[in-house]
Amino acid sequence: MLQTAERGASTSKNGPHEKYLEAFRIMLQTRIFEEKLASLYRGGLITGGVYIGRGQEAVSVACGIFLQEGDVFAPLIRDQAGRSAFGEPLVDVARTYLGSRSGPMRGRDGNIHRGCPKTGQLAMISHLGAMVSVVVGKLLAKRMKGEKGFVGLTTIGEGGMQTGATHEGMNIAAVERVPLVMVATNNHYAYSTPNDRQFACADLVDRAKGYGYEGSSVDGTDLAQCLEVIGAAVQRARAGRPPQLVVASTLRLAGHGEHDDASYVSDDIRREPFAQDSLQLAEQLILEQELMDREALQQMRAELAAEVDEAVATAQQEDTPVGSEEDWCAVATRSLVDQPALAE
Amino acid sequence: MSVTYLEAIREAQAKLLREDDRVFIYGQDIAGKFGGAFKATKGLAEQFPGRVLNTPISEDAMVGTAIGAAMEGMRPIVEMQFADFSSIALNQILNNAGTQYWRTQTPCPITVRLPSGGTKGSGPFHSQSMEGIYSHYPGLVVLTPATVEDAYTMLIDAVAIDDPVIYCEHKYLYYHLKADALPTEKLPIGKARIVRPGRDLSIVTNSAMVHEALAVAQQFSADGVEIEVVDLRSVKPLDTDTVLASVARTGRLLCVGEAFPWGGVTAEVIARVATEGFHLLDAAPARINAKDTPIPYHPNLWSEHRPNAKTIAAKVRQVLSE
Ligand SMILES: Cc1ncc(C[n+]2csc(CCOP(=O)(O)OP(=O)(O)O)c2C)c(N)n1
Repeated sequence: MLQTAERGASTSKNGPHEKYLEAFRIMLQTRIFEEKLASLYRGGLITGGVYIGRGQEAVSVACGIFLQEGDVFAPLIRDQAGRSAFGEPLVDVARTYLGSRSGPMRGRDGNIHRGCPKTGQLAMISHLGAMVSVVVGKLLAKRMKGEKGFVGLTTIGEGGMQTGATHEGMNIAAVERVPLVMVATNNHYAYSTPNDRQFACADLVDRAKGYGYEGSSVDGTDLAQCLEVIGAAVQRARAGRPPQLVVASTLRLAGHGEHDDASYVSDDIRREPFAQDSLQLAEQLILEQELMDREALQQMRAELAAEVDEAVATAQQEDTPVGSEEDWCAVATRSLVDQPALAE
Repeated sequence: MSVTYLEAIREAQAKLLREDDRVFIYGQDIAGKFGGAFKATKGLAEQFPGRVLNTPISEDAMVGTAIGAAMEGMRPIVEMQFADFSSIALNQILNNAGTQYWRTQTPCPITVRLPSGGTKGSGPFHSQSMEGIYSHYPGLVVLTPATVEDAYTMLIDAVAIDDPVIYCEHKYLYYHLKADALPTEKLPIGKARIVRPGRDLSIVTNSAMVHEALAVAQQFSADGVEIEVVDLRSVKPLDTDTVLASVARTGRLLCVGEAFPWGGVTAEVIARVATEGFHLLDAAPARINAKDTPIPYHPNLWSEHRPNAKTIAAKVRQVLSE
């Protein structure tokens, strides 16, 4: 498709971004993995919901791929690609979805509510916007401890952007002048609600000015642009510029979760340019610019599918948690357990 | 030399800032010369530059920021301007701080200071006692110091605890309570204190109501009735053993709380005594709380809304007559 070649070329005059193929590989792995999760869900093998990032892989991968050791990443429900780019082992994802006691959440929390704070990946709580200020706190503490060169990146949807917590968190980040990058993906639906019932401003990126952020917009279907724009925002934050707001435009190419058929999504919106599939466009660009040939792509796909199958098989073989072995203790200080008999 | 309850809180924070680099204080109007709506941090910002930080009016983000900092190894103290405004931060406290350790095995040692309880003229939004709400949720430690000594030692202990601590300091006690000096000894967190021994009835209470209970006990003593007063100190964990031991001595229980009557600390204490110590009771356990309305502004109404020496005494008589 000519349009694709132009889009890719227009944002990267000297050939695609150096991380293009690495990012594409993660996007493809994410797609294969999430399709696997969806099929496990349909087969009744997953307890709880499955929320996938179909269509949003380009934005998400760009969120994770520029982060380094010492950085903080607070992903949300459509960020499998970003999590993988940040270094989350696939097997830990499978473990969380399949309730393995060996996973990072050990059956205590599930699906997308996973994380590993000691690697810098925070475990989201459901309440949208709540993680923004937690990232601010991590960054503030790093500065107090004398660390240097770190950034924090958090993601949000156009719906989650309307919570009070998001507003408070964005503002306090600017007041504290911490190196935060906030990537908001406007995928045009928050569950079933279209944008005109979420916000009334012309463009969410206009809020950057109001908060004292530097703002940029990006076509979320275009991997090259996502890498360029989000990469530049991360770099600016790292260099001590004010917090960064990046607003990406996409369409959610799945239900809100796998339980949802998204029948409320209008046909008109499906024809919008932002409704294109970022993974498909990236693949086309790769072929057109001869970064890989069909055979190599096919081989990559097969390798990734094998990796996914292995992660799932490993998690499926592991033990699930057992109530009688759970310590039922929510505090770190054992001597302060209330009614210890109830924990037995 | 004497020390007020408020000064004890300030001194505890000064000591914490002096001795532990990980401690910082985060709240509204607490920095600069101003030193907080109640002056609990007066002088500290000048003494400890960069560690007593004013925040925007953003209770949710104040606590969220403290959570992130605590997960990164710091020991933040958040000052709410009034306990009542912590409702805005409820989500961060209950769902983020309270679940963090259990979900991720990452300790979340924040201390949230709540200037709590009623004073004349403070009305519905500057008078609340919220320890019951916080105690209902897992993963939190909830403290209600009732003396100058406890205000000091329990705040120092709160910051040392690896869990989120809700530290409810009573505004009425800020200036009314005085001690001769800062304490050199302490009871551990999680232990209740028998503040007055007795044999005829146990009043189990906390925070400012400890002092109302003591006044009532004093009155009854003149008539030869000896009331034992138990100060819970820590609402969560709740020292059930000390309460049961007291009821074992007296056979009668009255729980007094300043919070609203539905559920809460008094209900919890009675539930525990009824389920674990039913055989110890010679009469039905009783409780008295504030009335089930918002907290009134006018002193005439306010003094009737909360339990007071008169209403507590009437309840005592009722329980004794059974
Ligand atoms: C505070 C809060 N209210 C409601 C929900 C339930 N909820 C989960 S996801 C979602 C829609 C989010 O939409 P958006 O932020 O645009 O992100 P998207 O799902 O489109 O990626 C809702 C309403 C929630 N998680 N948090």
